[in-house]
Amino acid sequence: MIRLESIYLLMGLMLAGIAIVNFRDMRSHMPVRNTVFWALYAVIFLFGSHLSDFTNGMLVLLMVLTASRGLATSSRDASTPDARAESAARWGNRLFVPVLVVPVATFLGSLLLGRVVIGGTALVDPKQVTQVALGLATVLALITALVMLRPPIFAPITEARRLMDSVGWAAVLPQALAALGALFAAAGVGKIIAELATTYLPLGTPVAAVTAYAVGMALFTIIMGNAFAAFPVMTAGIGLPLVVQQYHGDVVVVTAIGMLSGFCGTLMTPMAANFNIVPAALLELRDRYGVIKAQVPTALMLLAANIVLLAYFAFPR
Amino acid sequence: MLPLIGILIVILGFAFRLNALLVVTVAGLATGLASGQSLHDVIAAFGHAFVESRYVAIVWLVLPVIGVVERSGLKERARDVIGQIRAATAGRVLLVYLALRQITSALGLVSLGGHAQMVRPLVAPMAEGAAEHAHGPLAESTRERIKAMSAAADNVGMFFGEDVFVAIGSILLIRGFLEQNGIIVEPLHLARWAIPTAIVAFVIHGTRLLLLDRRLRRESLEAAVDLAEQQAQPSARDGASA
Repeated sequence: MIRLESIYLLMGLMLAGIAIVNFRDMRSHMPVRNTVFWALYAVIFLFGSHLSDFTNGMLVLLMVLTASRGLATSSRDASTPDARAESAARWGNRLFVPVLVVPVATFLGSLLLGRVVIGGTALVDPKQVTQVALGLATVLALITALVMLRPPIFAPITEARRLMDSVGWAAVLPQALAALGALFAAAGVGKIIAELATTYLPLGTPVAAVTAYAVGMALFTIIMGNAFAAFPVMTAGIGLPLVVQQYHGDVVVVTAIGMLSGFCGTLMTPMAANFNIVPAALLELRDRYGVIKAQVPTALMLLAANIVLLAYFAFPR
Repeated sequence: MLPLIGILIVILGFAFRLNALLVVTVAGLATGLASGQSLHDVIAAFGHAFVESRYVAIVWLVLPVIGVVERSGLKERARDVIGQIRAATAGRVLLVYLALRQITSALGLVSLGGHAQMVRPLVAPMAEGAAEHAHGPLAESTRERIKAMSAAADNVGMFFGEDVFVAIGSILLIRGFLEQNGIIVEPLHLARWAIPTAIVAFVIHGTRLLLLDRRLRRESLEAAVDLAEQQAQPSARDGASA
């Protein structure tokens, strides 16, 4: 059975490779903290499931301290612009094939892998099938690229290093935020916010109540970085008791559009790092908040539209 | 109220643009300590949640593929291909991607997009290439805006497409939450009520993408005028001194 653990092993090996390439480059220009950071991350993927929670926690803290001064980016491009232009002309549109293998194989894998049964056991754990499919798709795509392009043997890992160092510590931010979310939940942060919201928001009319619900969803999502965390809190606090029960709002309309109001918040918050901060790093934007700034106008207009939709469709006339 | 200290730390940290990883970690530790846990327990809880959410990082496995193909000229090819289409502009390229992303997400094909898989290797280079083809060399700030809008198109398309699909996480979460509160709803009804917002999202963001083209055109005209003035001025001065 292929579990997530096998994919974590691949991740660990890639990160260890990135750490080694950085280590070998230390003499020339790379500081030691790049090596340490990726090596610690590799340990968490390779052995995290077998270490104690406290040891894992200490490893994460060490990573954070190592990255607190920022990681260096490897400036050297292995290929020259001329060589790339020449290669692009030679390969033409076939260059897109390995890249497109990733989404297509992920899709087919998540559709089919869960149904494959060998000797009575499922090939892939059905609960983890999407992530496993993504992991396997990247392997298939890499094999395609290697067979097709025949790059030098170490090119995959040196190229992965070039991209990973340019993303830097932002690569780890989504996981750290998930951990923060868990600590927020354990400390009851959501309940406190819901109490504050119901105490201080104006809720006197149906329209005021849906406005408070939609804006509350967006604001709480901005704080938590995740509409899924905001939804139960806001719906239990305002959505169900006020909009649905007191003002007889349609529960389907209210909750469906309420969730989408939360998504407007997701577009505006650095806490949703994998959607907003990671792409800024991945696209090598100088402004870390560049993607958020590009999304704020859409998010605000759409939030307003959601309030109008709620006010119009939630209350049967 | 004390556990809210974590939120305060996060807001201040992001506002002052401190290292976000450090800010988030400190906020987590502070929240745990403020709710009365011991330091040992808080570190253990942080480590546990971090290890449990390793699955969000699997997407990085795509980097060796992208790196190897970029090394062979992927971005250059993406730009050339789009340059051959005369009607292509940055805004229209992104509009097409927004539509594709939204439609495929609505059909449950969320995995057909993504920042590492599609935006960095294909979408952003194509949008840049289209803009370069239409307006000539781009200023760095213009390039940044096009890249940021490329990432935004992926996010908006996915967020406001996926909820139209019945079996997506958010629909199941809504249904599960309501069920706990004794209300039974059909996932299909929830998904249907995601459609109005999906349409509005496409109209709003699509319009902004077309306005991006207008802005790029204006900026390139202004740049051309500036250049012409710069070239004209020295000759005028020469004339005065003569």
